[in-house]
Amino acid sequence: MKWSFIDNKNWPHYVVANADESEPGTFKDREIMESNPFQFLEGLALASYAVGATVAYIYLRGEFWQVAAFLDEKIAEMEKAGYLGDNLFGKDYSLKIFTHLGAGAYICGEETALLESLEGKRGQPRVRPPFPPSFGLYGKPTIINNVETFTNVPMILANGADWYKSMGTQDSAGVKIFSLSGRVRKPGNYELPFGTTFRQLIYEHGGGIQEGRPVKAIMAAGASSSIIVVDDKVLDTPMDYATVRTIGADLGSASVIVLDDTVDIDWVVNKTIHFFKHESCGKCTPCREGNYWMKNLTTRIHSGDGSKADVDLLLNVAKQMQGKCLCALGEFSTMAVVTGIERFPQDFKKVVKA
Amino acid sequence: MSLEKKYQKEIKQILAKYPPEQKRSAVMPILYLAQREEGYVNKAAMQDIAKLLDITETEVASIIGFYSLYHDEKAGKYRMQVCNDLPCALRGADEFLNNLCGNLGIKVGETTADGLVTLEAVTCLAACDKAPMFQTQGPDGIKYHENMTIDKTLELIEALKRAEGEVK
Ligand SMILES: Cc1cc2nc3c(=O)[nH]c(=O)nc-3n(C[C@H](O)[C@H](O)[C@H](O)COP(=O)(O)O)c2cc1C
Ligand code: SF4
Ligand code: FES
Repeated sequence: MKWSFIDNKNWPHYVVANADESEPGTFKDREIMESNPFQFLEGLALASYAVGATVAYIYLRGEFWQVAAFLDEKIAEMEKAGYLGDNLFGKDYSLKIFTHLGAGAYICGEETALLESLEGKRGQPRVRPPFPPSFGLYGKPTIINNVETFTNVPMILANGADWYKSMGTQDSAGVKIFSLSGRVRKPGNYELPFGTTFRQLIYEHGGGIQEGRPVKAIMAAGASSSIIVVDDKVLDTPMDYATVRTIGADLGSASVIVLDDTVDIDWVVNKTIHFFKHESCGKCTPCREGNYWMKNLTTRIHSGDGSKADVDLLLNVAKQMQGKCLCALGEFSTMAVVTGIERFPQDFKKVVKA
Repeated sequence: MSLEKKYQKEIKQILAKYPPEQKRSAVMPILYLAQREEGYVNKAAMQDIAKLLDITETEVASIIGFYSLYHDEKAGKYRMQVCNDLPCALRGADEFLNNLCGNLGIKVGETTADGLVTLEAVTCLAACDKAPMFQTQGPDGIKYHENMTIDKTLELIEALKRAEGEVK
């Protein structure tokens, strides 16, 4: 955790929980907040105490209206019980936690865009450096983490880091909530040790594929993923950050979208680009224009009006964008396009005009 | 009545969340208040907000334009926002949306003749394991409706209609 990087010469400090959860295929933070609110709030309070922040904000995506109301109730209960408020536990330390609703913009999950949004501006990423631990909310040193990260804190403090490291793998310690979606029988959140294989997740926990069909492809980090061609070796790959990289993908938020053999990859790419075109914040040209062109091309290709030259152009546009965007959204938008066309050429050949 | 007068108590509570010199942070929660009654933010409310928070009206308008849950045009009393993003579409969301259009006799983006429901297609709502699903955005905020069927959806619309009749 990056809490030790916080600038101790500049005050006040802020702590912000990132509850924007908008990556297609990710739905764990909402379940954490709804079913385990106190562990999350306690983690947030402990982090705030650790860095000396007296105000913490929870930035929730605007759609989490009901979740925010629920958390407000829980915060009030904690205040009443003396766990939040002034002079906590007889110490000269006070803490207030506030919820803040976004209003429908995926980019506000990017931490600097989130801070802009919380400041009452349009949620567009900042140029970095400086990073939030030195220049964050209102220009003050700020710690920002995901809901799941804060929720892990109380247990790690209570049981020790060694306990936590006893789970998971050498590369990725501990447990992770895997959001499993797509063509499986039992989609949902599964909290499992890092190193669990795709096969275990999909078959033991997810109940296998609908109608008993074979898995064709996996996206391991939501719509931002590269698309993995699935064979037995892939299914037996342990899910930790380092190992998933060896099969040409990233584990990211561990939002595992499962595609079976009824799914056409040109359709998948059309869906992901529809998302990114909609969510590009428009601040930098490669992402804004690139997604505009990718949207036109994927629509044409998927509708059956495209040519092989359109597929080549689509791949070219995506590759041109890589490495040139101000934030990772631009990069994310190219992942399914590039890996889809390169790894599943037959799916594109099938739909283009000869 | 100005927004400030109408929602005096709510605005005070909202402003208390942020440092006094950073009251601009209150723009998002206050915009939700401003569109509570009519479902969109009208010109007068934009002026009120600008004045209240010491920002320009153009800035308020640009924030409304940036975020998809703020609206500057009237629509149905409830916006029914069906997710048909990739994970939901893998579980039948596109068919669900099509059937719903058929049953309501409107296209995506259109409003039912009685002005009650505007049907919209939206990107992921973080409920991908509970598709088909949608949210309703209306005077009472935003609510999730998960694991939906056409029948359940039509029932919900009937219930909204009945509630409407009682209000009038
Ligand atoms: C386009 C984009 C969207 C993001 N969305 C989220 C999000 O919804 N939730 C989240 O916690 N982090 C999101 N992130 C990552 C955040 O910038 C940041 O790294 C994260 O909140 C750090 O939390 P952690 O270190 O506890 O995981 C996103 C990043 C990018 C580039
Ligand atoms: S890469 Fe896209 S989302 Fe990120 S700053 Fe540029 S335009 Fe905005
Ligand atoms: S894709 Fe519909 S809720 Fe995630």
